[in-house]
Amino acid sequence: MTSPLEQKKIRITGPSVVTANRTWDGAVVYRTGQRGWSTELVDAAIVSTSDDARALLAESAADDVGAVGAYIAPVEIKDGGSIKPGNLREHIRAKGVTIDLRVPA
Amino acid sequence: MYAYDELDRTLISERVSEFRDQVKRRLSGELTEDEFKILRLQNGVYLQLHAYMFRVAIPYGTLSSKQLRALAHVARRYDRGYGHFTTRQNIQFNWIKLAELPDALADLAEVGIHAMQTSGNNMRNVTSDQWAGVAPGEIEDPRIWSELLRQHTTLHPEFSFLPRKFKIAITASEHDRAAIKIHDIGLRLHKNADGETGFEVLVGGGLGRTPFIAKTIKPFVHGRDILSYVEAILRVYNQYGRRDNIYKARIKILVHELGIEKFAREVEEEWKQMGDVGLTLDHAAIEEVRSRFSYPAYEKLPHMPDELKQAAHDPVFERWRKNSVFPHKVQGYSIVTLSLKPVGGPPGDATAEQMDAIADLADRYSFGEIRVGHEQNLALPHVAKRDLPALFKALDRVGLATPNVNLVTDIIACPGLDYCSLANARSIPIAQELTRRFANHDTAGLIGRLHINISGCINACGHHHVGHIGILGVEKNGEEFYQITIGGRADENAQMGTLIGPAVPYAEVADVIEDIVEAYLALRDRPEELFVDTVKRLGVEPFRERVYATR
Ligand code: HEM
Ligand code: SF4
Repeated sequence: MTSPLEQKKIRITGPSVVTANRTWDGAVVYRTGQRGWSTELVDAAIVSTSDDARALLAESAADDVGAVGAYIAPVEIKDGGSIKPGNLREHIRAKGVTIDLRVPA
Repeated sequence: MYAYDELDRTLISERVSEFRDQVKRRLSGELTEDEFKILRLQNGVYLQLHAYMFRVAIPYGTLSSKQLRALAHVARRYDRGYGHFTTRQNIQFNWIKLAELPDALADLAEVGIHAMQTSGNNMRNVTSDQWAGVAPGEIEDPRIWSELLRQHTTLHPEFSFLPRKFKIAITASEHDRAAIKIHDIGLRLHKNADGETGFEVLVGGGLGRTPFIAKTIKPFVHGRDILSYVEAILRVYNQYGRRDNIYKARIKILVHELGIEKFAREVEEEWKQMGDVGLTLDHAAIEEVRSRFSYPAYEKLPHMPDELKQAAHDPVFERWRKNSVFPHKVQGYSIVTLSLKPVGGPPGDATAEQMDAIADLADRYSFGEIRVGHEQNLALPHVAKRDLPALFKALDRVGLATPNVNLVTDIIACPGLDYCSLANARSIPIAQELTRRFANHDTAGLIGRLHINISGCINACGHHHVGHIGILGVEKNGEEFYQITIGGRADENAQMGTLIGPAVPYAEVADVIEDIVEAYLALRDRPEELFVDTVKRLGVEPFRERVYATR
């Protein structure tokens, strides 16, 4: 999972979204089609060409007060239209840590 | 215990108000993230996968019960009810909201805790032996020197804008518990032939992308000269250090490129030329700092109290005592390690309830003092032996009496892909699975001392290079893979482990480690031969064969 923070050239190979962390609390957020941010992946604007991805990222990055560290992340569109994170890193960001947090007493 | 002076207190509270203002300006949009980033990093705030991460320093690993309760409070009030103790005597909170951070900092400031020097290209938290001041046979308490160095380097302009971050560790015991050989500067306190106290000075250690073991540049520097000598090292580093390339900026690279002899000569030269720059420590200055460390009023107690004799009939207690209780310099007392490595739990995590419970137990049994070690465990440094049975029961009730200290399940692991934005692969679930595989503490006891260290990327926060078994997460075609090394060690004989072969996928790591351990059990020439010694004697080949023959 090479850190996408290193993302330089933008070339996408499949459906993608723009994600970031919300400035005031750090929560994982996705750029919506209404120039806002949502904590739900289902609300994300989905892009499928590199040009659209670049435009969405530029628009998102301009909103530095709303969220920080915006980058493009892959998603999978399942049959029936539901959206899933496209890799393990994004899965963890969307669903939380893969470990049971409670230290057994 | 250490008493901060007024200057420190004023400094800490000024920093909190300053940061409160900066956060306000960030949230209103007055500051951009680019402008704000350096400010938040100066206060220990990173941005991770799910949230901001907040790193708090625990200077030389010494905490009061009051401070630990404040950390518990931060975990409960501002985070998700737990904290993660790191390998550098820090604690990290993983879910802090930026908007609430100034409040968290203010609450910690009340008990003299801060997050300065936990990030950025400056002098970091000067670490030391977690048994400082209580270990038998220690030359003297190394924390006095950590503190002298801390005072000298905190916010000192020359140390605030270094080519790269800079870490110092100090030990005063034969057995190095502070891992000084993997620090930028390692200091070993010892006495010269005339009985004077001073330091062996080692330079250029570090892990990460280009790991190096520190080498000695001067066998003895008198204690009174240590600040000026460190200053000379820093000057040479500032003069040559590569600011142009982040991967080459650490002092270890400079030492490697110049060669240790040349580097040592340059430092010596600089030191002579500097002359007296007002850094020579006089007796009074050293004693002033010494006097601010208070030691408990120990009682005169028997070596073997009745309570302990009776409890010895309980095999569960005995197993824990033999594993987690260590000799103290004062008769009748012990040092007790509290394992933060329960079977199936994330290494180094403690819940707010556990922190509160430990604080209470420290008040009752350890003169209100707690220590944080680099193995991600805690310790109670002054426990009367007669109290051990009662302490054991109390610890067991809160899940802090796992008898696995220094054993195969006492794993060091970085946060990895579950939290860290730099990770290639997960670390914690690998550790959890391994603790389940070796869950039988009696079997683990038979295997003996074995340190498994796991990092989720080459930054090596989990010290994988120096694990007896090291596990490093890498990425292959978007999948998690792990490179496995054996034979590393972090003590006075520090060395890097050797890779045993191609990386293995996530699902196979625990099997591979089991194979390695089984191979060791078959190969060791007697039960006392430690894993690392068997690897040293036989090399990696027999282990490689065992692991890859069937894969
Ligand atoms: C999750 C947040 C963390 C981030 C983003 C992070 C980042 C880094 C980075 C980038 C380095 C390499 C610095 C260099 O090469 O100069 C580093 C080194 C290090 N980290 Fe972390 N780290 C994190 C958590 C931790 C934790 C939890 C621990 C302890 C368990 C830790 C212990 C260390 C140590 C000991 C080093 C020094 C290794 C050396 O000597 O080169 N870090 N960290
Ligand atoms: S070793 Fe890598 S993955 Fe682990 S905490 Fe450090 S930077 Fe993150």
